[in-house]
Amino acid sequence: MGKFTRRAFMVGGAAVGGTLALGVGFLSTIDTSGYDAVIADDGSFALNAWVTIKKDGTIQFAVPRLEMGQGVFTSLPMLLAEELEVDLSADNVSVVHPQENLPVYANFAMMLRKHPEQFSGAGDWLGKKMFGLMGLAGTGGSTSIVDAYTPLRKAGAIAREMLISAAAKQWGIAKSDCFAENGQVVSRLSGDKLSYGELAEAVSKETPDENVRLKPKKDFKLVGKPQKRVDIPSKVNGTAKFGVDVVTDDMLFGTVMQSPVFGGVVKSINDTEALKLKGVKKVVNLGDAVGVIADSYYKAKKALDYLDVEFDDSAVTKLNSDDVSRMLKEAIETGEEHEFVHEGDVEAASNGQETIEAYYEVPYLAHATMEPINATACVDGDKVEIWSGNQMPANMESVPKDVVNAKTVTPHIMYAGGGFGRRVEKDAETYAVKMAAAMPGIPVKVIYSREEDMQHDVYRPAAAARLKAVLGSDGYPDVLDTKVGLQPIMPSFSKRNLPFEIAGLSEASNMEGLQHSKYEVPNRRLKNSIIETNVPVGFWRSVSHTHNAFFLEGFVDELAHKAGHDPFEYRQHLLKGHKRLSALLAELKKQADWAKPVPKGKGRGIAVHESFLSYVGEVFDISLSDDGEVTVDKVTCVVDCGSVVNPDTVKAQMESGIIFGLSAALFGEITLDGGAVEQTNFTDYEMVKMRHAPEISVTIMENDELPGGVGEPGTPPVYPALANAIFAAGGKRIRSMPITKYGYSSI
Amino acid sequence: MATFNLNGKAVTVNEEGEMPLLWAIRDHLKLTGTKFGCGVGACGACTVHIDGVATRSCVTAIEDIEGADIQTIESLEKDGAPSSVQAAWIAEQVPQCGYCQSGMIMAATALLSENPNPSDEDIDEAMTNICRCGTYPRIKKAIKRAAEMSNG
Repeated sequence: MGKFTRRAFMVGGAAVGGTLALGVGFLSTIDTSGYDAVIADDGSFALNAWVTIKKDGTIQFAVPRLEMGQGVFTSLPMLLAEELEVDLSADNVSVVHPQENLPVYANFAMMLRKHPEQFSGAGDWLGKKMFGLMGLAGTGGSTSIVDAYTPLRKAGAIAREMLISAAAKQWGIAKSDCFAENGQVVSRLSGDKLSYGELAEAVSKETPDENVRLKPKKDFKLVGKPQKRVDIPSKVNGTAKFGVDVVTDDMLFGTVMQSPVFGGVVKSINDTEALKLKGVKKVVNLGDAVGVIADSYYKAKKALDYLDVEFDDSAVTKLNSDDVSRMLKEAIETGEEHEFVHEGDVEAASNGQETIEAYYEVPYLAHATMEPINATACVDGDKVEIWSGNQMPANMESVPKDVVNAKTVTPHIMYAGGGFGRRVEKDAETYAVKMAAAMPGIPVKVIYSREEDMQHDVYRPAAAARLKAVLGSDGYPDVLDTKVGLQPIMPSFSKRNLPFEIAGLSEASNMEGLQHSKYEVPNRRLKNSIIETNVPVGFWRSVSHTHNAFFLEGFVDELAHKAGHDPFEYRQHLLKGHKRLSALLAELKKQADWAKPVPKGKGRGIAVHESFLSYVGEVFDISLSDDGEVTVDKVTCVVDCGSVVNPDTVKAQMESGIIFGLSAALFGEITLDGGAVEQTNFTDYEMVKMRHAPEISVTIMENDELPGGVGEPGTPPVYPALANAIFAAGGKRIRSMPITKYGYSSI
Repeated sequence: MATFNLNGKAVTVNEEGEMPLLWAIRDHLKLTGTKFGCGVGACGACTVHIDGVATRSCVTAIEDIEGADIQTIESLEKDGAPSSVQAAWIAEQVPQCGYCQSGMIMAATALLSENPNPSDEDIDEAMTNICRCGTYPRIKKAIKRAAEMSNG
């Protein structure tokens, strides 16, 4: 998901201003460190907020980030275990999503938009306390490792020192005569050993010492070395439990039909025929949707066909895709604008010069997570139990409170079958609680059909850009003047999910990937204009970077060709002042064998992009047949994400981000007709399959920088690298996605 | 109503004949390893073996499988040990979110039982399931590794 802006934080602060009145004294009591050891109600010992030793001696790691495929169930425990000296693959080690949403679980890096290592001063202190208080344990913005890298190692080290101290006291020896190894404290003098389980009770009497020294990188045993993911065994034998897999003895199943036209509401329901069907229990008016509850999902879904529902969408604007394209163009040409960047003097430098101009456009896109959107709830008076894989667990607490005034909420965070930003929303939880309220005391599992999922997503926004450049006598740009038109995410997201609304025009997240571009151009201007529609838009893997990287990296490629330069060397020249990008490009050139001639019918394209504190360069090698068939043969990827925790996960995330982007580039387009989405399922919203998937090589740059994200940064270079490769193969210059718009196909 | 063998045990589902096998397995027999992805046989998340043939259970009515042998992902481990395909999946660290992997593993298992040494092209042709995390390159490696394990 995207990150909240500073402004959002300030407004957010105001929204909980009542808390501020409680004062600094109160805020000081909010634990945003998590270092204290406590004895839990069930008799287990929490070494800190993340590690619990059960009475049977098993060690349980709590990961307050949603495991949705990105490997946090392994990488976050690795950080703890590195300092705690625990073998993650031991039989007595387990990993869970915590049930309790502690303040320390808030994703401070995501909310404060910087590395925790850089937190300082009263503003960051206050931010941590506030976001902790608000329970913002979000998973998104590729921040899990960024947020956890130092705090979790520190937590592990503090706990280890407490264990050593407890053991030393028990043996009556000095701490320096003890060391920790493999879940035990060992006496250097006698060789005696005490397991962490045996020490757990004594540890709760120890005081955390925050001045602990962390291991230098060269001493790491786990971090930076490929570790097998702890969740994989359960994901190859069918035992992993996703939200959709919740099973209770007496449960019922539901599904929904929302107004096909965005913004429509239920006008009337005739459920006579549907209720006659065997197994159908109830039809529920959900306001903007109708829900059916039955004794299987199949019957609930079937009953939808027997319902006679009328939606009132008379007051709603019913857009077609052509309207959206026209609105974007008008916004760019004549709309109210906000200027984000103006360096040099674009007008003066352009005066009398030949201007190169291009217009780029991308459509709405759906997330289409493999696990259809779902949630399960049981409403029993003012007690609600809820199961879901949500990227913002606070939703699971707030929805029952908002919808049925719940006093007690018991949340269960489940594995998510893909998130990609879709699961920060709370629509499924809302429907599930409303429908479960109609069946008191009975758990109801509400699952969207794939059609419903496709037609009621929060889409990657449609966007366009007009780019203008003037080349200097050396062929490099003297002027780069960019104006983006788009439907901004934050107004749409905030309307659905926040107690306040965020305006879109000056929203910095619109400009991700453009505003802080490292290309050296003397005269640079960046503006945007926005459109408003009733199409819900949201965070889609890599958010605004998806289109902005295409606009910039496509256009820079055009400029290189216009100047008669090699597109790779053109970029190297423009980025020569940036150390990390220069090193990355040099490595990519080698890995991709860029200098090797490309045979006829083949093409090689490059794109490089910075996002989520990481840098990724990709070279696409493609084949283009005479009849326009595009085959991606190979993708060479180089990533600089700073310090690495689990290298195999970094590689997997690059592979994943590339294929995700490739589905969008080859096929991805959500179109509107009369205010409703036309696509229905994977049959008309196609995905890359095995036969389309290229060979992918990933090289990780090694350095000691702070970690960057990896979940999203693989995606942004895909659109432009593919487009540039098609052009290089003798094809058309792709300025609009997907490539089918130019008559290209990928069978 | 339909009676069939599910992972070696005879089961009877007392529901209408047109109910897809997927929902009989998931909602009535409470075996959740087999996944719902699309409901139209397009993604393969629901793949099971019917008399040894990889089949999409979301578009297979229970009335059409009377007496058949159905194997789901839960049947692959023998005495707690993973099958060669599962072991290869672990060795190649294939799954990410993992949601499609039951179907992928069932499809790959059926492929290898018919064709113990599949080429890249054979794999491309046989493996038509969708993975949104993009684990395809690793799946291809895992299938080849499983083939080697079985043949070695």
